[in-house]
Amino acid sequence: MTKVQTDFKLGSMHCRNRVWVASGTFGYGDECLDLVDVNKIGAIVTKSLSLKPRDGNPPPRVVETPSGMINSIGLANIGVDRFLEEKAPFLQSLDTSVVVNIAAGSVEEYREVLERIESTDCCDAYEINVSCPNVKEGGLSFGTNVRMTAEITRELRPLTGKPLIVKLTPNITSVSEFARAVQDEGADAVSLINTLVGMSVDVRTRRPKISTTTGGLSGPAIRPVALAKVYETIRSVSIPVIGIGGITSANDALEFLITGAEAVEIGTANYLNPNVAVEIAEGITTFCQENDIRNVSEIIGTLQTDQTISVVKSWM
Amino acid sequence: MYALHMRSFYFASTIQPGQFINIKVQSGFYPLLRRPFSVAQTQDDVITILFDIVGEGTRILSLKKPGDMVDVLGPLGRPFTLPQSDTVPLLVAGGLGMAPMPILTKWLKANGFKNTETFLGARSKDYLVDYQLENVHYATDDGSQGYHGTVVSLLDQWFTDNRGTEVTVYACGPNPMLRGLQNLLQGRSLKGQVSLECVMACGIGICQGCPVESVNSTKRYRLVCNDGPVFDIHSVVIQ
Repeated sequence: MTKVQTDFKLGSMHCRNRVWVASGTFGYGDECLDLVDVNKIGAIVTKSLSLKPRDGNPPPRVVETPSGMINSIGLANIGVDRFLEEKAPFLQSLDTSVVVNIAAGSVEEYREVLERIESTDCCDAYEINVSCPNVKEGGLSFGTNVRMTAEITRELRPLTGKPLIVKLTPNITSVSEFARAVQDEGADAVSLINTLVGMSVDVRTRRPKISTTTGGLSGPAIRPVALAKVYETIRSVSIPVIGIGGITSANDALEFLITGAEAVEIGTANYLNPNVAVEIAEGITTFCQENDIRNVSEIIGTLQTDQTISVVKSWM
Repeated sequence: MYALHMRSFYFASTIQPGQFINIKVQSGFYPLLRRPFSVAQTQDDVITILFDIVGEGTRILSLKKPGDMVDVLGPLGRPFTLPQSDTVPLLVAGGLGMAPMPILTKWLKANGFKNTETFLGARSKDYLVDYQLENVHYATDDGSQGYHGTVVSLLDQWFTDNRGTEVTVYACGPNPMLRGLQNLLQGRSLKGQVSLECVMACGIGICQGCPVESVNSTKRYRLVCNDGPVFDIHSVVIQ
């Protein structure tokens, strides 16, 4: 059996493999201990942290839609202080990389959260959430404004030597414009896509199925959109791109890696199977063994665009 | 009403009354999410759930045949707790809210509570499901069986007729019924445990998708999947 090298480095962060769990879909890592060997995950991206605890939105917060779901959690989280007290020691004890995701309502708040976490050295990288569609202030209003997105990156960049990843929204015209803007401000990587704004109505009651009327659509339904956005971004920036959106299997993940994503994040699929990220990482290794690939890096960005494929057999 | 029996020694030997399981009704992505069900009974190495067809998930489950496999995550959630000794357990259920009551009845008996009373309400007699329940008092909205009125009114009458009896209330059912029960118990300064239903995405506390508003708590919301589904009936706002 071919030994496959799966690890890689993103700046100063070393990851065991290229399959991460996405923010908000794996809690703070300690909820799934009896279901998952978390040390086999490439990196755990934490639930978004804000300066103060957030209650989140009223119920109903989730609804299933075709091959997907709409959520409006509203960044419910325990706040940075309780995170540092209750969750950080556990995360530090893991033999896997930890990416702290930060969401805030102002540039000041982003800075303060990052500084507090930075002072404890409890993580390996930061993912900056400028793209949550479910909170009134901050969130999407930052992420849909290229000037604000750039400003947040500029303000945070000097505060840490760790990789700074900016998570981008698809709810804009040109995601590559945003990716270029944060690259210019010194971001180490971009991750995309966050959820697409979606809506569903109960025709019996004529009411929206979630309390905030619209929410964030995720799941397999958005995967082709995500892949196209990743493709667009990869062609316009030189920093690593982390692919997110509806990935449920090793095959799905490979689509993103072949397109050029340096790593992928698994989101909604964790809800169906909390161990899915481990299984996807193993599936990628198996794919490499079957194709005599020694290092997963050999797959990345190998998309062939010079010829039209005449027959795609797998659709049958 | 459907009863689905699943063979699993692990689940049958670990599930406690009030806990639930989260079922992927078929492989693939339709439906996408798991569906949560109270466990109604365990017997040897078999667990049983009860359900009506109310949507695609339950429709697909209703088509299962002997020998089929289902993907089950569990046991999940906080179970019911034992009553105070020297009290009579009262099990109060509306419609298929009776689902966790059979296993609860068995467990209470095994723990020395021989005299349980069950109050079961439904729209009409066609909707009364008394599967493996004991000492049942029936109530129907249309009077087609038992007491003509709500199960909460029936319980109120029982309290009046049985003054001085120390009780512990266990409840599950539609929210309007549970709100009525909450008011009744509040008025009579009685405690109770309630099992709540909620749309869930993960069932294990990671998605934060199933909040219930809490009373007198530093946290505004608690999660039905992890903090519940069984709550002190006076600790939650039932919408």
